[in-house]
Amino acid sequence: MMGKLLAIAIGSAFINNVVLSQFLGICPFLGVSKKVKTAAGMGSAVVFVITLASAVTSLIYKFLLVPFNITYLQTIVFILVIAALVQFVEMFLKKKMKGLYNALGVYLPLITTNCAVLGVALKNVQNSYNILESVVNGLAVSVGFLVAIVIMAGIREKIEYNNVPRAFKGMPIVLVTAGLMAIAFFGFSGLK
Amino acid sequence: MSITGIIIAVCVVGGVGLFIGIFLSVAGNRLKVETDPKVDEIIEALPGNNCGGCGYAGCSALAEAIASGNAPVSGCPVGGEPVANNIAKILGVEADASEKMVAHVRCKGTCDMTFNNYNYDGIKDCRMASFVPAQGPKSCDFGCMGFGTCVDVCEFDAINIIDGIAVIDKEKCKACGKCIAACPKQLIELIPYKARYVVECMNKDKGPLVMKVCKTGCIGCSLCAKECPKEAITVEDSLAHIDQEKCAGCGLCAKKCPKNAITAI
Repeated sequence: MMGKLLAIAIGSAFINNVVLSQFLGICPFLGVSKKVKTAAGMGSAVVFVITLASAVTSLIYKFLLVPFNITYLQTIVFILVIAALVQFVEMFLKKKMKGLYNALGVYLPLITTNCAVLGVALKNVQNSYNILESVVNGLAVSVGFLVAIVIMAGIREKIEYNNVPRAFKGMPIVLVTAGLMAIAFFGFSGLK
Repeated sequence: MSITGIIIAVCVVGGVGLFIGIFLSVAGNRLKVETDPKVDEIIEALPGNNCGGCGYAGCSALAEAIASGNAPVSGCPVGGEPVANNIAKILGVEADASEKMVAHVRCKGTCDMTFNNYNYDGIKDCRMASFVPAQGPKSCDFGCMGFGTCVDVCEFDAINIIDGIAVIDKEKCKACGKCIAACPKQLIELIPYKARYVVECMNKDKGPLVMKVCKTGCIGCSLCAKECPKEAITVEDSLAHIDQEKCAGCGLCAKKCPKNAITAI
């Protein structure tokens, strides 16, 4: 049991890294990776939301969609549930945990409709994970995202000081960097 | 697919939607955080650049601080007096007059006045260049190197590199303070918009050393201090300072300065 969970965790966090090998969640990966601090904030918000969302969506799948035999509607229902969940979490944090809200608050609405969140929920169903496995998978995927975005932000902070050729200034050099990172992360596939 | 299948699908998805809607509206009511309506009005009144010149994390953070009394109504250096008056109206208090300030570069060591000790071929950024020996290639260790780090950080296009040194357009300057933080030589200071005369030098070395590196650097001769009728000028570290509150703008100091280090602006 533990062995299987560990295999899921490492597989999702590094080998099939959500950004660098599945190409999900590229938008925040490129948009919010200018500074390590904001990248870490975004990353932790993603960890928070994806872990919660995988738990809730797998509950919904098991106790609502399967009994009524309407699993083909999973995408629509998941979108609904995730959007509502993020909204609720934001309200809850604002009221009850002011410190966490100040740290994550601005990033939470950005992930409402993030494809990575929906992608993890759908992957959990596809791989027929049970609820515990779904949560572990969600946590691992989002930790993989956190690692990738923080590394990216670190590199981008250094790029600021480089003499980048004019044609590559701005987004092009960031995309080139992302590509090189993806190649580097392919090294993890040897872990299998 | 049978008709019952369709009905079940509609009912379940509709039910989920309805449940979420009701749940969120109830939660929204239960978890409502009381916000001061004045905060929203103040945010409207602020410029909204989120430049951080006030020292708070963006305009909304300043608005909260103003509403709770932790910051003065004139807390926004960018908006200046008109914005302060608007905010004062919202809060129903009198605005304490804040004088309009502008940033100013204290160096007039242009290419003709100074020279380079060596050819610098590294990254064109003052913060990087100031790490190399003698704090950069310029003959004067204290002077503006003109790589334009301040130009890059200025969000109002107020700074230009003219003849090798940074020059701030005081009409465009909003006194947000970003260039002051960016300059590795600490050359930029805030002066009143009305200021007439400034000592444009930051070289703290003794006179003979200054003369070697710059034709127009302040040598600390104190002639200006003796000339000033208002006693507004003091000399410290062989460098003259003008107290802008005392300065009457007569210009005698600028006429007297043998190195022409005092400029009328």
